[in-house]
Amino acid sequence: MTQSGSPISASDVAKVARLARLDIDDAQVEHFTEQLGKVMGHFSDIDALDLSSVEPMTQPYPLVNVMREDIELPTLDTDEVLAAAPAAEERRFRVPPIVGLDG
Amino acid sequence: MASIPSTASGIASAVSSGSVSARTVVDAHLEQIAARDGDIHAFNLVTADEARAQADAIDADIAAGRPVGPLAGVPIALKDNLCTHGIDTTCSSKILEGWKPPYDATVVSRLRAAGAISVGKTNLDEFAMGSSTENSAFGATKNPLDLSRVPGGSSGGSAAAVAAGFAPVSLGSDTGGSIRQPAALCGVVGVKPTYGMVSRYGLVAYASSLDQIGPFATTVSDAALITEVISGHDPMDSTSIPQSAPSLVGAVTQGVSGMRIGRVTDLPGGAEPEVMERLNAAFDALAAAGATIVDITLPSLSFALTAYYLIAPAEASSNLARFDGVRYGLRVNAADTNAMYGATRAAGFGDEVKRRIMLGTYALSAGYYDAYYGKALKVRRIIAEDFDAAYKNVDAIVIPTSPLVAFKAGEKVDDPMAMYLCDIYTIPTNLAGHPAMSVPFGTGAHHLPVGMQVLAPALGEAAMFRVGGALEAAGGAQ
Repeated sequence: MTQSGSPISASDVAKVARLARLDIDDAQVEHFTEQLGKVMGHFSDIDALDLSSVEPMTQPYPLVNVMREDIELPTLDTDEVLAAAPAAEERRFRVPPIVGLDG
Repeated sequence: MASIPSTASGIASAVSSGSVSARTVVDAHLEQIAARDGDIHAFNLVTADEARAQADAIDADIAAGRPVGPLAGVPIALKDNLCTHGIDTTCSSKILEGWKPPYDATVVSRLRAAGAISVGKTNLDEFAMGSSTENSAFGATKNPLDLSRVPGGSSGGSAAAVAAGFAPVSLGSDTGGSIRQPAALCGVVGVKPTYGMVSRYGLVAYASSLDQIGPFATTVSDAALITEVISGHDPMDSTSIPQSAPSLVGAVTQGVSGMRIGRVTDLPGGAEPEVMERLNAAFDALAAAGATIVDITLPSLSFALTAYYLIAPAEASSNLARFDGVRYGLRVNAADTNAMYGATRAAGFGDEVKRRIMLGTYALSAGYYDAYYGKALKVRRIIAEDFDAAYKNVDAIVIPTSPLVAFKAGEKVDDPMAMYLCDIYTIPTNLAGHPAMSVPFGTGAHHLPVGMQVLAPALGEAAMFRVGGALEAAGGAQ
């Protein structure tokens, strides 16, 4: 809880947007904070539940490793896949520099 | 010339027997689309040339005496989050505009092998996030029954396409009700099969532990037929249940005599009074058809909304991380990759997608994981256990599909919580992984259709279709 009583603050929203790689401006931060606050306000309905002895359920059925025979199978066509990319070079995806040139 | 049957099974038998050509069937549906889709906007893309070519190939097979599949010549519309090789697949998002997948979804391959003919890709709430098909980057879909109202969502385009007669059947995806709720609002049948029954390979993922592909149809029998064709194990989906497709069409006319059908006495409120009247009429009809109505309780049902709106956004925030401007879709260029990611995703995603990504990121972030996501997973367990307890005493459960009939466009689009409440009766099934279907059952407010929802335990499709068939046979009598 933030001091204002809203379940999420504007600085939380700005931080989460950074974590999620979404550039949003201050006006949008304010707008999303209000909307997400309303949604998260509803989430307090589960606060009173005693869940201490309940196992989390991540999937409808327990997941098991699924293996296939180790044999060669056709894969996606590399040229076709690269043709759909915003930029490609030497049969690879081309991206801007990952780190600054000065390190 | 023989007239064109209105159902998929009718078309398939007419085409196979040579009484109507597949080309005639396809042309007639393309004409309907050309005449009316400008107003309805069910489709993001109509693949007329491909459909005609495929129809001609089927007609050539028939003329040459070669065998054809159980859906020969049946036009079908595909939700635009199903990958189609070489054909635009947008998820109604600017971030995927113009993307042509390098492969077909398994359901698409299976339908084509059965002789079905795709007429196009249908509109949806962006990445299947929404309940009205207003959150599309390419404009909203309208309800064919009343153009001032929404068709429901997120598979609103697929529901509207069937309701408008653009195709006798279509495919949607259902993560929290995205097949059943639009089916109810458009007055058609919609089915969400058991999780794992239908391969998700080639379905652009929203929330992987909840997503399931299923059909829309005008009859329960057609919905069963399409479910049969698309079901069955697929090695390309590691959550696919390793068993073959069940026989379901026969169940539709089997009747409900001797079945125990649950009436939920602690159903969360909020439904329109006319919807509750139709629910009571449904129990009267099922009792008259020989079923025993059994009162049950599902005390955790009211917590499903909270669990869902934490779990689904959490999974979405992870799944949608792949849209980063590197391998496909939109890129906004910037000096380094981090800046490119942020600018690309800001430009490519709409507001609802951003809201859910942020909500999910928050629920998963350090310091909040246990309080939000971890807790939601426990609530998911107690909801599933409620269902397990109920299914010891009943074979199926009937509740409304949607608390409301089709609402006015624009009414809820900027009020996320009001929109989320539309899913209150559909999301519990997704959390449990069970099958459920919506069957039109008369009308409610403004003479708009009301859908009744039939729930069954995992792999209980046959029981579900028996009850669905009985509701359809009762005709939704007022």
